[in-house]
Amino acid sequence: MEKFIYLFRGGRRLTVSSEEWKAQGQKWYQWIQSLQQSGTYLSGDPLQGTGKQVTGTEKIITDGPFTEAKEMVGGYIIVHAKDIGHAVEIAQGCPIFEENGKLEVRPIQKMG
Amino acid sequence: MFERENTEAGKLVDHLFRNEAGKMVAVLTRLFGFSNMEQAEDIVQDTLLKALEIWKFGTIPANPQAWLYRVAKNNAIDIIRRQKLKYKIDSDLAQQLKSEYTLAPLINEMFSEHEIKDSQLRMMFACCHPSVSPESQITLILKTLCGLSTGEIASAFLTKEDTINKRLYRTKEKIRSEHVQLEYPDTSEIVKRTDAVLKTLYLLFNEGYSSSHTEKLIREDLCEEAMRLTLLLTENPKTNLPETNALMALMCYQVSRFHSRLDDKGFIILLKDQDRSQWNRFLIEKGNEYLQLASKGNNVHEIHIEAAIASVHSNAHSYDVTDWNLILGLYDRLLQQTNNPVVALNRCLVLAEVKGSEAAIAQLKELEGMADNCYYKTSMGELYFKTGNRGEAMKYFSEALKITGSIAERELLERKINALNNR
Repeated sequence: MEKFIYLFRGGRRLTVSSEEWKAQGQKWYQWIQSLQQSGTYLSGDPLQGTGKQVTGTEKIITDGPFTEAKEMVGGYIIVHAKDIGHAVEIAQGCPIFEENGKLEVRPIQKMG
Repeated sequence: MFERENTEAGKLVDHLFRNEAGKMVAVLTRLFGFSNMEQAEDIVQDTLLKALEIWKFGTIPANPQAWLYRVAKNNAIDIIRRQKLKYKIDSDLAQQLKSEYTLAPLINEMFSEHEIKDSQLRMMFACCHPSVSPESQITLILKTLCGLSTGEIASAFLTKEDTINKRLYRTKEKIRSEHVQLEYPDTSEIVKRTDAVLKTLYLLFNEGYSSSHTEKLIREDLCEEAMRLTLLLTENPKTNLPETNALMALMCYQVSRFHSRLDDKGFIILLKDQDRSQWNRFLIEKGNEYLQLASKGNNVHEIHIEAAIASVHSNAHSYDVTDWNLILGLYDRLLQQTNNPVVALNRCLVLAEVKGSEAAIAQLKELEGMADNCYYKTSMGELYFKTGNRGEAMKYFSEALKITGSIAERELLERKINALNNR
């Protein structure tokens, strides 16, 4: 088993009614639940919208990043999967795609 | 935030949201006054949406309720500081909300368990205020205290969402114009007003228990909500009347067989065929306790008698050893207090057990205004079937089949018709 990180981008609600968003929220919970029940889910957290960047040899501190909403990483989940194919397959069930968002799958480097 | 192990995330959130929504709306409405109820609802909506956004990556706080309250409180404090309320605060807490020193402590205080219960009680009285029509009372309770969406309410009452929205709008306007407050009625009025609340809660319970059209999950929730709110009434000395306990008893007895009425295919199982070992004994015992408490005092309400009837059924080991004579006597008593034709119909079915089907059929024929009722036709069919009159039985079952709106009922009738055909 390998570890992978899912980075979620975009897909934030903008104009849907709160009813639809509640229904959408339910889909997220069901997806997460299925990952938790199958032992796939390791951890996950939401990220706040604002932050700081520290850049380069000068260690310049700026506010940001100010990427477009659809490129902003809103949260992450770390999962167990057989291989990247499997990780991608699991990711298919994520409701973020209906929201026209993006999910990046990155293997976590094994240390052993 | 801490991670929860094995959270059934979906169910937890749905249940939590529904319960906590009602409580938070009650508290905020208590603070801001009934005329600002919509804003109270908006704050709660925003709080729940924020929770959804933030919890959706699988990390749920160890104390989700406290998290929700914290967000709602901060939202409320912010709105008051920036004077963003639409209408003047007309609650009795207006003064304390105006002072910066008392604002936060008061809001914290109001989110305590004791005050939350208190606010919900006041909310029940306000929703069942005499100036609100009975129909609107249930709608308002479902929307505000029970956290149901207008869509869910519409579905529960087989009506359009638009109808519900209009009804809510009109009701809220009326409440504003009549300056209805979230307060306890005067001592002289409290029994009458509590009875009104009980009536509404019973109607609400029945929507959940008897309605065969709507989704199972919503139905269970309606019963649960009605029981939760009635329980609140029993916990406060002002509202803990004998009839409150009678209603609680009745609901316990009925819910004890909630799951025995349908099999796993969704087909109806009649009372006589139900597996009584599946009935929830704990709830039956609870029902017995509440019925005991209900027997204090001198007044006998309809609800007392209905609870007593339910008690005889629930405590009988089988359909055959049920004390039908006792139940018949109780129905006779009940009919002295009401001329509800459904009650009269149910009495006839009991009469069938005591005096035989023919006697019951004769009495049923004398009932006025029930000829087009599906339940009436099904009952007639059943009784004729028992007397061996297949022709009449078939006639009534077929008529019932034409007018029933319930899938489960349709299946039952088809089964009965098939049984007749196969003889």
